[in-house]
Amino acid sequence: MSVAPPLLAVEGLTKSYGGIHAVRGVSFSLRAGEILALIGPNGAGKSTCFDMLNGQNRPDSGHVRLLGEETTGKKPRDVWRMGVGRTFQITATFATMTVRENVQVALISHGKQLFNLWGSAPNVDRGEAGRLLELVGMGGYADRPCGELAYGDLKRLELAVALANQPKLLLMDEPTAGMAPRERVELMRLTAQIAREKSIGVLFTEHDMDVVFEHADRIIVLNRGMLIAEGSPAEVRGNPQVQAVYLGEGLLYDAEHREGASA
Amino acid sequence: MAFYVVQFLTGLASAASLFLVASGLSIIFGVTRIVNFAHGAFYMIGAYIAFTLTERLSGAFGFWGAIVVAAFAVALIGVLVEMVLLRRIYHAPELFQLLATFGLTLMVEDLVVLIWGPDDLVGRRAPGFKGAIDFFGQNIPSYDLFLIVLSPVVLGILWLLFQRTRWGVLVRAATQDRDMVAALGVNQKWLFTSVFAVGVFLAALGGALQIPRDAVHHAMDLRIIVDVFVVVVIGGLGSIVGAFVAAVLVSELNAFGILIFPKISIILVFLVMAVVLIVRPWGLFGRPEAPARRTPGLTVNPWRPLTSNERLAALAALVVAASLPLFAGNYALTVGSEIAIFVIFAVSLHFLMSVGGLASFGHAAYFGLGAYGVAFLAKMAGLPMIVCLLLGPLLGCMGAAVFGFFAVQLSGVYFAMLTLAFAQIVWSIAFQWVSVTGGDNGILSIWPEKWAASPSHFYWLALGVAALVTIALRVMVFSPFGYALRATRDSLLRSEAIGINAKRMQWTAFVIAGTTAGIGGALFAYLKGSVFPDNLGISLSVDALVMVLLGGVETVSGGVIGAIVYKALNIWLVSQTDLSKLVLGGFIVLIVVVFPKGIVGMLEMLAQRRRKTSPPGSPLLAKPIESAE
Ligand SMILES: Nc1ncnc2c1ncn2[C@@H]1O[C@H](COP(=O)(O)OP(=O)(O)OP(=O)(O)O)[C@@H](O)[C@H]1O
Ligand SMILES: [Mg+2]
Repeated sequence: MSVAPPLLAVEGLTKSYGGIHAVRGVSFSLRAGEILALIGPNGAGKSTCFDMLNGQNRPDSGHVRLLGEETTGKKPRDVWRMGVGRTFQITATFATMTVRENVQVALISHGKQLFNLWGSAPNVDRGEAGRLLELVGMGGYADRPCGELAYGDLKRLELAVALANQPKLLLMDEPTAGMAPRERVELMRLTAQIAREKSIGVLFTEHDMDVVFEHADRIIVLNRGMLIAEGSPAEVRGNPQVQAVYLGEGLLYDAEHREGASA
Repeated sequence: MAFYVVQFLTGLASAASLFLVASGLSIIFGVTRIVNFAHGAFYMIGAYIAFTLTERLSGAFGFWGAIVVAAFAVALIGVLVEMVLLRRIYHAPELFQLLATFGLTLMVEDLVVLIWGPDDLVGRRAPGFKGAIDFFGQNIPSYDLFLIVLSPVVLGILWLLFQRTRWGVLVRAATQDRDMVAALGVNQKWLFTSVFAVGVFLAALGGALQIPRDAVHHAMDLRIIVDVFVVVVIGGLGSIVGAFVAAVLVSELNAFGILIFPKISIILVFLVMAVVLIVRPWGLFGRPEAPARRTPGLTVNPWRPLTSNERLAALAALVVAASLPLFAGNYALTVGSEIAIFVIFAVSLHFLMSVGGLASFGHAAYFGLGAYGVAFLAKMAGLPMIVCLLLGPLLGCMGAAVFGFFAVQLSGVYFAMLTLAFAQIVWSIAFQWVSVTGGDNGILSIWPEKWAASPSHFYWLALGVAALVTIALRVMVFSPFGYALRATRDSLLRSEAIGINAKRMQWTAFVIAGTTAGIGGALFAYLKGSVFPDNLGISLSVDALVMVLLGGVETVSGGVIGAIVYKALNIWLVSQTDLSKLVLGGFIVLIVVVFPKGIVGMLEMLAQRRRKTSPPGSPLLAKPIESAE
């Protein structure tokens, strides 16, 4: 009896820039519907990992497999067509287009209408675009020029765009940066709900430990390019090596303290 | 054998001037990020001033002194230009800087003729290097040997300058890291000025040193600038070693290309450039550039299709235009036809620029190819007019398909330089391949058939085609293709991350724009009854750019308005003055400095300001960014 391959399987991923070993032999896997947090201090190599997962960056060695199919060496646009949506740490959106148009472009691409020269784009998937925007709480902003949005709203828009191709896997690089604490929790709760409903696997990075501990099913910890811990939130929090890495940043302590206080 | 050695040495000697000018361009670009189109103009002024001085001053000291003084004098002019003009536009989009320096070039071309006259000037031989050296029966001018030694010496001096002086360290730091420059504070201004002066000095020196080899004339700026662009594209912008290697490479290709393809030697250089661009898009010695910088405060004025009222208004305008033959004479109708044709030309470039974000500096190539396509079909195949009009633009389409494929591999200034070089190549072929194209004499008597022969009929034809083309392109702007194309312009990263093959979208847009331009060219051939190499020349390419910028790049209908205003003005100007280039150049500089949004852009801004009674109230907009990790 053969076991079905996991949604995402990463094996020995390695990347260095000159003398800097940004990522060193990182391996992990992710099941459909699972929410996995990738944490680590600044410069740990999180974004570099993300870039290698969606084809933005080519690993020096190692493999990335999506449902058993190799994605290493594929272009971002091809990885996207395999069902991987992503958001960027520094948001990338179409600044001169409206919020709705941003989503419509993704839907146009998903529907293979890119070379349709005669259709009326404002009417293409208008309803679907509106629905996606409602989903992320941006329904009221549909006609705003995207260049006017606040940073947190851009993050939300990116989520809507990333959901446009009904992805199997969502990669979210600091999805809640730039948001107020309450908004962060809301957005992640929403993401978790969507992920569970549609059985989407989510990999996200986050500096806010409250968000991480509340929403991640599992956590992996990266330090100087290497995985140093993996496990449930409780296991990771209790791991002395992780505590050592975060010592001085006070993040873990804060999170524990606050939880203790509210209990 | 000896013959080939001599040919090789001649190539090396030609490389000297090319290297001087190209290294100057590279240094300026490295620090200021301005691609100085006027570099060829400075080269030309250098040659003219050196000519005058060497005629006045006698003796060896006089000659060499004159060369150096000329270079310094031009560097001084460069300093003035930098302080008065460039300082105002360092923060403008790259396209505007290229355009402003092009405007300068146009002005200089007329000024030079005004001062030195239109005739070629043959300068003195260099004292001490008048003779030739015998090499197994072949003559090598000794001045060539001097030039061959000179370029490595200049390369060495530049190297010392950059490695051993404080100024050089600053320049290298600024070239490597843009943010470093800002940190220099007050110093930055003078660093930019001095860098510009050094770059211009090198260009002028290159020009001055040419006078014993070549006649001085008022078109030498465009000739060298195209070669220089090719050199820096091959060598890599910002790299002096790259400029040296590529200058030698290009000069040798020219020297030996003449032997292999005597008629179309430039093809060889083009092939090498194409190969380099495929393998290393940033040149042999260049470094990959970060994606084109975003202009801060980007206008956010979302585009929308016309409302039904606006459609009615456009229709009314078209009806008024169509009734022109009822009250206007033949001359006015011919002018009207020409304007309609230029509307076609302008909207085609506008589509590429505003929707695709690709500023072609050689769009006339496809206009001219359409015109030549008609000429070939009508004169050689003797096909009826309607067939020629339908098939002629295909030549523009094919040209755009070939050149566009390479051009869209690049972006920003590289794209602009490459399209310009391609256009110049097409121009050279039209100019050199006399047996097919008639060369400078063009192809004559391509007259419309009877049904379109009268001025009013031809006017209706041109107007009808212009209206159709404009509508078709507008539909495309708001088609799924248009949306996706705009997406690639706004963010390459995001569009690739949502499955869009940006290069293929851009290539398609390039072909659409080229074909449309070809339609304009086809009509133009019938309007003028002839085609000439000028129909695909640089000045026509720039006309198109100015029309688009005048109308407004960030608008949907800028192309139409820009073409009407500019062409009418231009026709009127040419009838009024001999110095049309001077006026036109001044006009371009003026647009860039005081009028960067164009006519339609300005009207929209005014309309919006009136509409806006209260600012858009977004509570979220004011939210502080908590952490922008
Ligand atoms: N293109 C690059 N060239 C050179 N070094 C790079 C490049 N990209 C990343 N690095 C280096 O690799 C390391 C990992 O960077 P990365 O951006 O992946 O970290 P990160 O975990 O995402 O950090 P942050 O939390 O700040 O986003 C850093 O030391 C960074 O300086
Ligand atoms: Mg990061």
